[in-house]
Formats: sequence, C-alpha cells, structure tokens
Amino acid sequence: MRGPGAVAVSDFTLVSALGHGRAPTLAALREGRSGLVRRGFETARLDTWLGVVDGAEAVRFPDPLAGFDCRNNQLAELGLCADGFEHSVQRAAQRFGAARVGVFLGTSTSGILATEIAYRHRDPATGALPASLDYARTHNTYSVARYVRERLGLLGPAHVVSTACSSSAKVFATAARMIAAGLVDAAVVGGVDSLCMTTLYGFRALELVSTDICRPWDAGRAGLSLGEAAAFALLERDAARPAAWLLGAGESSDGHHMSSPHPDGAGAADAMRGALAAAGLAPGDVDYLNLHGTGTPGNDAAEDRAVCTVFGKTLACSSTKGFTGHTLGAAGGVEAAIVLLALQHGFVPASLNLRDPDPALHAHIVRETALRLLRVAASNSFGFGGSNACLVFGAADRVEGRA
Amino acid sequence: MTRVVVAGIGLVGPGLADWATGAALLRDPGGWVTAATVVPAPNRLPPTERRRAGTVVKASLVAADQALAMAGADPATLPTVFTSSTGDPLNCHLLCEALATPERLVSPTRFTNSVHNAPAGYWHIATASRAPSTSLAAFDASFAAGLLEAAVQVQASGAPVLLVACDVPYPEPLHAKRPVADTFALALLLAPGNRGRTLTLQLTGDATATPCPHAGLEGVRRTIPAARALPLLMALAGNAAADVVIEGDTGWALSLTVGAST
Repeated sequence: MRGPGAVAVSDFTLVSALGHGRAPTLAALREGRSGLVRRGFETARLDTWLGVVDGAEAVRFPDPLAGFDCRNNQLAELGLCADGFEHSVQRAAQRFGAARVGVFLGTSTSGILATEIAYRHRDPATGALPASLDYARTHNTYSVARYVRERLGLLGPAHVVSTACSSSAKVFATAARMIAAGLVDAAVVGGVDSLCMTTLYGFRALELVSTDICRPWDAGRAGLSLGEAAAFALLERDAARPAAWLLGAGESSDGHHMSSPHPDGAGAADAMRGALAAAGLAPGDVDYLNLHGTGTPGNDAAEDRAVCTVFGKTLACSSTKGFTGHTLGAAGGVEAAIVLLALQHGFVPASLNLRDPDPALHAHIVRETALRLLRVAASNSFGFGGSNACLVFGAADRVEGRA
Repeated sequence: MTRVVVAGIGLVGPGLADWATGAALLRDPGGWVTAATVVPAPNRLPPTERRRAGTVVKASLVAADQALAMAGADPATLPTVFTSSTGDPLNCHLLCEALATPERLVSPTRFTNSVHNAPAGYWHIATASRAPSTSLAAFDASFAAGLLEAAVQVQASGAPVLLVACDVPYPEPLHAKRPVADTFALALLLAPGNRGRTLTLQLTGDATATPCPHAGLEGVRRTIPAARALPLLMALAGNAAADVVIEGDTGWALSLTVGAST
C-alpha cells in the first residue's frame, strides 16, 4: 500500500477559529460546531461571517525576534506552541542536525496587514511610512519561514510557496521531493495566513464573499466565508511511530483564467490523478476526500465535475470550510491536518451548512460527522492563477510496512 | 548532489536587453554600460492582458520565451517554477493606498493580480498549459531557492522544468523600506541528462557568495534579488567550467559547478 515515495508525518498541529491545537479542533469536528462568527475584523465592518483566531494579539515576541511582530507571525507562534509542535521539530533537529531540517511554508498575504496599517500613518509631509514598520520581517512573503527558522534555530533550505489558496498544500510536495533528493532529512511544512484588508475587501470586490455563512454544495450557496489559521506538519524521511504517511501529491495548472476555475475542473482532475499515481493507488483505494469546497457557485461546480470524473459519485466527501472559513494560503495545511485527525481518530467530518443540496452537483457529500475507520484520505486545494494540488495520506496503523 | 542541464536561457536587466546580446556583454563586461531596464511587451499575452499585466508579469514572460526559443521547447507540457522576492510592487502599493482611504474601493483586477503567482497564472493561460507550477519567495535567497526547487523537480520527474526569476522595484514609500534598484528577470530551462551545459548543485553552509568580477555588475547583483544569478549567468556566457556560490539564507548557500561548454 505504501509506495517508495512515502514520507512520514511525525507530528502536526493547527490553530484556527476552532481553537488552538488538535483537541479543540477534534471536538468541534465531532460535534459539528462551526468556528465562524458574524463579526468585524480590525477596522473592517463587512456584513459577513469570519473565522477569527482567538488570542493572537496577546502573543509577544522576545527581543531577538521583536521585528517579526505582526498578526501573521503571531498565528505562526500560536501554531508552534500548540500540541508541543516546537519540541517535535527540535527533536528532529537534534536527530538529523539543524542544517538537515528544511522549512517550506505557504501563505498568500503574509504580514501585509502591518503595511496596510502603516499606510494609514504616512508622514503628511514626505509620505514616508512609519519607522516602526519592519517590512522584511512582516510584510515580505518570506517572513513566516524566516520566523520559524530563527525561532527554532533551523539551518536547512527554506522558502515560502505563495500560489494563493493552494500554497500550503504544495509545500508537502516540495518537502517530499527535497527529502527524496537527499537534501534534507526532515521539513517543517504547512501554512499561515491572517485576515487583512487586502483579502477582506478584495474578495468582496470580486463578489465572492457571502453575507450568509458559507454553504458548500448547497443550491443557495452565495460565496465563501473568510478565515485565518496556522497549520504545521513535521515530515521526516522515516519515523518509528508516525502520525500518518504522506503517500503522494499531485500538482497541476488550469491554464484557463486568473480568478475562475476551468468549468470542467480539468486541471483539478489532473491534480487528483497525479496524487493517486504518485501514491500508487487507484481511485477506489481512497476512503475520504476533503474538498476545496469554498462555497462559491463556480468553484464547487467545477470541483464537483472533477471529483466525479476521477472518483465517481460514491466517495465520501466534505468541505470543512463551514468549520474554519476559507483560510486561503493556510487552507491546504489546515485541511491536511483535518484529514490527519480523521485518519487517526476514525471519522469523516461533516460538510456544515448544507441545507438544500444542489441537484446539479453529484459528489457524495457527508452531512453529519460519521465514525468510520479510514485507511487512505485525500485533500484538494485550488487557488487563483489556476493552481491545483491534491495530497493523499495513509493512516499510520492501517497502511502496511515500515521503511 | 543534483545535476541538470541548462538547455535555454532568457534575460532582461539593466543594460542587458536579452540573453543573445547580454551573453556577449557578460563574457566581456568592458562593453557593458549601466542603463535602466527596458521590458519589451510580451508577444505571448493578448493585447488586453498586455495592458493590465504588471512589470513582473511582462518581464517574467519575456525571459521565459527567450529560454524556450533557445531550446526549441514546447511550453504546453512544461512544468514551471517562478521565484520573486517582491511580486508586483506597484500593484501592492496601489492596493495599500486604496485600503488607506475611507472608501476602501479595491479593483477586482488589482486584487486578482496581487497574488504572488500572477506571472505563473498568466504564463500557463497564455501557453494553454496544465502542467504543474509553483511560485515561491525567499527574500534575498529567492533565486537560490527557486533554482534548488526547479533542479530537484527535474531530478524527481526526469523531465525539463522552466525556472523564471524576476524582481521589480517598489515605488515610494515602500522603496525606502525595501530598496530594489531596477527590474531584473532571467529564465533557465533545466533538463535532465549529462550532455550539454551541466549544472551541479550542492547545499553548503554559510559559504560566501561569489561576486561579479566587474564593479558595475556587482552593484546590480547586490541591489536586485533576482540578479544574485549574475555570477551563474557570467559562467554560462563563457565556455569554461566554473564554480559559483549563490547566496541563500543563514546556514545555507547554493554551491554550483558549471560544466565546460561541449
């Protein structure tokens, strides 16, 4: 079952609107309790539901890291502390050496909120930004990977993937390739994205944000609900007691439109087939698929076609964005973590807020969280620019063989 | 250790109009004169998109097409890696300006174009390519990180990968926070094999990056993240074997061995 390209997932965690760490996330998923709230954020007062992380503002950065102070790195810090994830990384650094641990993280907007706020406080005479804005450590796209490296003393190769909403799924593929090439023995992967004015007002301008709570696969779905999150996983060449295995990853482009998916989901289907091929699996081997499932009319329709083309109409599917909101560049990491929880604890999470299933869509959507032992589960992530990724994970105790 | 072959090269930079003329200047930098980068309109884009696309998209696509033409490669099935420290700086500035007004009116096109993978998106649309693509950033290590990612992809798939690196200056007030001197874009079509111009990559610790032997070009290298590639481009412009170290981040750098021209 487990192919030669499989990589051990030795630990993982996440911080989202559902709470800090695995336990509150698991409880909310089992109880079908959404973290979305109708509320504002910072100075934005939009009529919408948001998945906001509690307690981010309270995070303080000690002196050598003070320049990293921004909401995105506050979320990253909450993630590193959740479930003792930082200690798992430090164990890997001791085992392999700090230079043999890579950092590959996804984000879409990084710490741009710091610059957005700075633009409200420009010098009236010169137009200059406040001296306090540390562009490199906050706004720049690389900021969060640099923060994680410096915070944990890691010295391996690092970069940030920023392909909109597929970013933090694609880093799993990057890390698996780097491990296979022998350049690193372990890697911190995942994604961090924080709410900011750019995405709140930008998605509204595109008329993709719903005033209602997001309702993936519903006939009356009217758009997405935005969220924020940090999600991390530690991938290793091998592990005596892994949490799960990354069995394969598939990536593709739509080559169709900057902000709309290919209507037939052709690129999305390529990514799913690519992930299955990399894992050496057939569609029937997959027990659960976590959909990208944003709840916009066009995205769900295209993904539905792609899923039905590759897997047929019987595979158990759900979108968990009704729990967390669409966490954009962190969504791939968040949903990988949810899939890993589902594999570990034996359940299929519900697709929340589905009242009136769209008769034009045919994938099998699970509406109530169901207990079920899973052997293999997959996660879809798609982004602007036509960027698609699919990850396939296997349960640690139900996928045979050790390295 | 990862080995690839450089099958095609594209270049747009200060005083460097394209790879064909730029290679001669990089071989003999005495003829190079500093001049602002001129980014030609990319023929690859339809006229409407040519107007809307930012400089990072245009320069990336122009460099990419040069590399493809040199190699005679078909873009439709070619995976791509795009790397940039800054993305589209003017677009970012205009968004931040709009968001600092009471109305916060954001243009949908401006928001769509704000994604870091805009050049990749436009490229794959223009070439009707469904091949995989990634877009990444690593501040001043963006070129090294992109080259490493692209070479590792070639090794993993046994198929060619197109690498495109591009950086464009911010306007003020962000320019004061992140001074990038001018636009610089390059593309390398990397292929598997041992025949042709080989490039062998190894990670090293904090090795000192190889400078450009010409003071003016060294200034370009140091002031534009994508131009960290210049010592590699100078080696590729010549025929001899060469060793080059490209700047990474704390704890890592990229050690490159360029094979002699065959």
